[in-house]
Amino acid sequence: LSHLDVEPIDENLSTADKVYDSEESLQSGLNKVYAGFVIGGNAQGDGDPDVAGFDGGKSVYWRQFFNLQELPTDEMKNAWAGDPELPELSRLAWGSSNASIRTLYYRIFYQITLANEFARQAKVYGGDFEETPRMIAEARFLRALAYTHALDFFGNKVPKVMEEDGVGAFLPPQFGESERGTELFDHIESELIAIQDDLLPAKANYVGQANQVAAKMLLAKLYLNHAVYRGAEEIAYFEKAKVLVNDILTSGYRLMGASDAQAGDQVSPYELNFTADNYTSDEIIFAFTVDGKYSQSWGGMTFIMNAGASAAMKEFTGVDGWGGNRTTPMLVDKFEDNDDRALWFTEGHQKEMDELMSFTDGYGVLKYKNLNRDFSKPQDHSFVFVHTDIPVFRLSDAMLMAAELEARTGGLTAEGLEWINTVRRRANTSEKTLAEVQAEGTLDFILDERARELYWEGHRRTDLIRFGKFIDGYQWSFKGGVAEGTSVNQRYELMPIPPSDLNANPNLTQNFDY
Amino acid sequence: QEGAISGRVLDEMGEPLPGVSIVIKGTTKGAATDFDGNFQLLLNQGEDVLTVSYIGYISTEVVVGNQTNFTIQLKPDVDQLEEVVVIGYGSVKKDDLTGSVQSVTAADFNQGAITSPQELVNGKMPGVQIVNSGGAPGAGATIRIRGGSSLNASNDPLIIIDGVPVANDGVNGMRNPLNTINPNDIETFTVLKDASATAIYGSRASNGVIIITTKKGSQGGLTVDYAGKVSVSTPTKFVDVLDGDTYRNTLTNAIEQGLITDNGALGLMGDANTDWQSQIYRTAVSTDHNVSVAGSIADAVPFRTSVGYSNNNGVLKGDQVERTTLALNLTPTLLNERLKVNTSIKYAHLNNKFANQGAIGSALAMDPTQPIMMEQDGEEVFFNWGNVLAPRNPLAQLEYHDDRSTVGRLIGNVQLDYKFHFLPELKANLNVGLDRSTSNGEVQVDKRASYDNVIAEMGSGTYKAYNQVKTNKLLDFYMQYAREFGESRFDVMAGYSYQHFHRRDENGAEIFVDLPESAGAERIRSEARNYETENYLISFFGRANYSLKDKYLVTATLRQDGSSRFSAENRWGLFPALAFGWNMKKEGFLEMVEQISALKFRAGYGVTGQQDIFGQDYAHFGTYSTGQPYAQYVMMDQNGNPQTYIDENGEEQLYLTLRPNAYNSNLKWEETETYNIGLDYGLFDDRFTGTLEAYYKKSNDLLNVTDVAAGSNFSNRVIGNVGNIEIKGLEFAMDAKLVTTEDLFWSMGINATYTDRKVTQLTAVDSENFIGVFTGGVAGGTGVYSQIHTVGQAPNTFFLYQQVYDENGNPINGMYVDQNGDGKLNEQDLVHFKQPAPIVMIGLNTNLSYKKFEFSASGRANLGNYVYNNIHSNSAYNGISPTGDFLANINESVLENNFTSIQLLSDYFVRDASFFRLDNVSVGYNIESLLGEKVNARVHGSVNNVFVLTKYDGMDPEISGGIDNNFYPRPRTYTLGLNVTF
Repeated sequence: LSHLDVEPIDENLSTADKVYDSEESLQSGLNKVYAGFVIGGNAQGDGDPDVAGFDGGKSVYWRQFFNLQELPTDEMKNAWAGDPELPELSRLAWGSSNASIRTLYYRIFYQITLANEFARQAKVYGGDFEETPRMIAEARFLRALAYTHALDFFGNKVPKVMEEDGVGAFLPPQFGESERGTELFDHIESELIAIQDDLLPAKANYVGQANQVAAKMLLAKLYLNHAVYRGAEEIAYFEKAKVLVNDILTSGYRLMGASDAQAGDQVSPYELNFTADNYTSDEIIFAFTVDGKYSQSWGGMTFIMNAGASAAMKEFTGVDGWGGNRTTPMLVDKFEDNDDRALWFTEGHQKEMDELMSFTDGYGVLKYKNLNRDFSKPQDHSFVFVHTDIPVFRLSDAMLMAAELEARTGGLTAEGLEWINTVRRRANTSEKTLAEVQAEGTLDFILDERARELYWEGHRRTDLIRFGKFIDGYQWSFKGGVAEGTSVNQRYELMPIPPSDLNANPNLTQNFDY
Repeated sequence: QEGAISGRVLDEMGEPLPGVSIVIKGTTKGAATDFDGNFQLLLNQGEDVLTVSYIGYISTEVVVGNQTNFTIQLKPDVDQLEEVVVIGYGSVKKDDLTGSVQSVTAADFNQGAITSPQELVNGKMPGVQIVNSGGAPGAGATIRIRGGSSLNASNDPLIIIDGVPVANDGVNGMRNPLNTINPNDIETFTVLKDASATAIYGSRASNGVIIITTKKGSQGGLTVDYAGKVSVSTPTKFVDVLDGDTYRNTLTNAIEQGLITDNGALGLMGDANTDWQSQIYRTAVSTDHNVSVAGSIADAVPFRTSVGYSNNNGVLKGDQVERTTLALNLTPTLLNERLKVNTSIKYAHLNNKFANQGAIGSALAMDPTQPIMMEQDGEEVFFNWGNVLAPRNPLAQLEYHDDRSTVGRLIGNVQLDYKFHFLPELKANLNVGLDRSTSNGEVQVDKRASYDNVIAEMGSGTYKAYNQVKTNKLLDFYMQYAREFGESRFDVMAGYSYQHFHRRDENGAEIFVDLPESAGAERIRSEARNYETENYLISFFGRANYSLKDKYLVTATLRQDGSSRFSAENRWGLFPALAFGWNMKKEGFLEMVEQISALKFRAGYGVTGQQDIFGQDYAHFGTYSTGQPYAQYVMMDQNGNPQTYIDENGEEQLYLTLRPNAYNSNLKWEETETYNIGLDYGLFDDRFTGTLEAYYKKSNDLLNVTDVAAGSNFSNRVIGNVGNIEIKGLEFAMDAKLVTTEDLFWSMGINATYTDRKVTQLTAVDSENFIGVFTGGVAGGTGVYSQIHTVGQAPNTFFLYQQVYDENGNPINGMYVDQNGDGKLNEQDLVHFKQPAPIVMIGLNTNLSYKKFEFSASGRANLGNYVYNNIHSNSAYNGISPTGDFLANINESVLENNFTSIQLLSDYFVRDASFFRLDNVSVGYNIESLLGEKVNARVHGSVNNVFVLTKYDGMDPEISGGIDNNFYPRPRTYTLGLNVTF
């Protein structure tokens, strides 16, 4: 009868008490927490997926994060009838069972569970290792990132899953009673403050590894958006954000600029952040690394590039292209003629968007490339799986945040304007005077500048909500389902909790009006 | 007479019969014969008649008179001997059967081009649905007994071959695990349906049990049997796609009418007329030879041995299965007849060539205006678009895709049945068995397979090898004690069973190679990865049968199963069953009714279980999996040097990932309760015989992968025991001997099945808003589902938008009924619409023989089964030229529905697929006493898949799961055969 007590005999399967026997094995566990953001499963091509009920490739965290941040905005629209959740996001007309929303929701909580488990086991089995505190801090950073996305997309009523909760049959309570509130916000804030010292300092880390500046950036963004998340504006949070942004701007990162140009470059300095060799960029504070050979996934950057390209663009993107995403005329019109950042593919496309379901209505975007800066192919190049890292936080974002914080607390100064002009100068476009900026409306101008600098980088939906332009006051193609755009219901500022989780967890309640 | 008497009971050969019951008529007093057939009895005054009875023999009454010593010879009851039915761990007289058991023997098997055992009985038994997965040679089949009692766990029945439960969960490189058994070797095919029959198999019995026995040798002379067949298969029907000319007209018109915009499509059209479907299919010839020798070695060891060879070719070009089977049964009786030995070895060796079935879909999508071949860089090559999104050239897919496997499988066991000397009523039975399979396979894809690789850019082919070894071991031991007391008989049995299932897969690296030049590996796409798993099942079981006056029968069984797949707390499951039988014909009130020749009522109740959780052996505790290479997270410094570590061999390595896996420590058995009532009848001297049954099944704690609270586990869906399902059914069977004269014999069989399956619970927490679990993924989009499990509905009910039609009855592109009238079309407007499983199934067969001629035919009808035509739904005008870089064909249905874009969620594509299929027609002629006395021969010819009557507009209405897509057509097969016996 003792035969009935089995232990895994598979060479790749073990139990926590056996597997966590070294610093290397702990690092492997931590790397899974990182990988969970950009790869869908345990096998290449998102095989052996981490979450169930979705196509492996579509289940990738960053793929759906990207879709949810970009498709409901003026930056990106999708034309795939076969993936109806994407046109639905593009029209701002999603229902509670939209597959993209459901995927991101479960991915977020998968990451939280994964980070919790890592921290739990590392404390038990990694107590003797020197690197354990650093690894636990990184896992907590990644958990805070996931919780920030939970707060940003789903609000304050999401499940509260803590490290000490363990695994199995329990029903997590809600963080807070209402969609907008303090509970989750306060939790993330305290976590990011607590881990600060255990993380590596700026530049002491690998590309793709979180450091102190990344944690500051995440906290600064939390503070910047506090009014949305907490439901009320408190100037103190802007002041806290200012301190952090100032730290970030002086932490040793710098914009890639004219001095970085090399012979043979096929791209401008701005684009050095988006090529297959973007790991050399001094501007990226935090990135998820992607390698076309070692981290093959249909989500992450492979999706961002292929979905946004067609076969006709292959020469410039280095990917086959699946013809799904392109941009609206509203984004195109924000640029002046000479801006290095206006990277459009226009051949065979029209700028205006008459048909949502036609990929050639709206310009193609050539921002990302699966090619090196000189257009050579990276080692192990393929036209499917890409080598370009995903920039999560860039220094220019912090510069624009500095300007915005001034604008929100007493007004933009010359110093703040200089941050905007630094960004614009690098892009070879005109510098602005304070008067010009004020003439356009300072906040409106900053919102537009953020679009110009950061489009297709996963910031837009959060920005539009923070600036109060997401629901009404600004229209773009197919907003509300009509070609010219129309205002939409307030509820779209938050995403619905998937009914499957409301069903599985009676402690939860749906977000307003879904 | 008063006083002691003694005697001896002998069988028909004059051998002593032990264990014979001798009862003094009118009393409960009696005795049993000892091992030498002797008995002794003390009689009182007036006790002068003895009733002598023994299983399998005709009971006799003996008048005592003045005799004190008797020699009584019993005659075998031929009728009863024939009517023994195999059941779990033993056999039982059909008259004594209390459960729902249906048996088909060799004489009644389906005829013709049979390559797999399940084809022998398709349509012969009510409540048993067998759907082969398509027309591929040796294709697998879905067998459903009473509809299947699980939702997500396996619905496959347990299959037992000569006492060895065999793994039915698939063998790598083998299309159908049952193909190990040569159909020619099969003697009986028995299906146990209700819980009182199956509960002896406890935790694996919820979906019924199939017991297959093979032919054995017998005492007497040597018999040699040869059976040979040649068959010709040909596809019967193609999917209706446009031909070249229609395509050219359609494309031109569609652009003129503005249905699609000309994005360069017109310029891409060719001037060929290629029927891609007729290019990929062929008329295939198959052969089958079997030789068997049966007899007895030195009159002591009955044996039967056989060799079979079949070469089976599919209608898809290049598809082939070559099978060699060997079988040996040795059944000696030793130790003065006390020990019966049953040794059985079956071995099959298969060589498979798998044609690339992707060509089936490509042939539908490939532009018919393009030629087969084209010129490229001065070379004649298969036409290709050179675009990764374009349809592949199906001929290139067939030609340059080489997928083959070699599989060997051995099923063998030794069964010892020992009758104790001191107590002949007591028997011990030991069964030791082995089921072992070894597969080796290789897949090579040539780079010229026209963009068949995802990463076509590599410009290279791929090569991958795999092998698998599965070893399942069995040990059963049971004791049985049978006795008669007066008018009572009882029989009790108790046993122990141990099984170990082990599987090891070695999957070689998939590498890009420059085929056909074979310049060696250029680049590895996936690393070699081994996989190994095991589980144990330990069981205790028992059964008691009691019979009073041969009229009242009771059977009780109990099994306790322990599985290593569950934690110590949940490991053991107890599965009881109880059944009653009432031989009404033997009651006084029916004895006189001549029209009724047999009538028996049966009622049973039992609990069975299910533990097949998709091969997951460790789902009840936390495990960590090492991530595979190429699913790594590689950090690097700004010079591009990756984060590495030094392994124990001193080598620098990139980190792999380590993932905690989801688990459920509360996992336990799925349980099915079954209530069954049945009536077995015989009318007009058994001219009409049959069965009528009704049952109700309820499965609780379904093993189900369901949504768990986000954040509570390492996946959003975890296997657990959630949900209930209910099945109600009626089954009817009748065999009629219509004419039974010396020269002419004509019989007919009909059976009918009604099945009603409903989901009664789906979630742990009740919720009215929960619409259900989507299933039935369709081609045309990722994550698009056409079916749903909803409480109150049949499992897999279609769940789609209701199509809106114009005044002429034509569907309007993309317009659906807004069910809740909120002005939006979303998932709340999806409606439940029909189910894929048939509601009524009917089987019909007839046999006719006139002198030396024989004729037989069998067919089946399914009613109320609906099919979603995914071939039609995935076709629309805008599929012709989606990007302007290539063309694709569309289905003729588009000309009818005029859909400009694909409408995957329209109920327009769900159609009634009720059908009648004439499965086979066969004629034969017997030649007796050929070339002297001893040689008999039979020539026969048959047609399989003769015709199908249906309203369904796709290629074939019989689609397991109800989603019609990329379906391998079932061919019509003509067979000519010869059997010779001497």
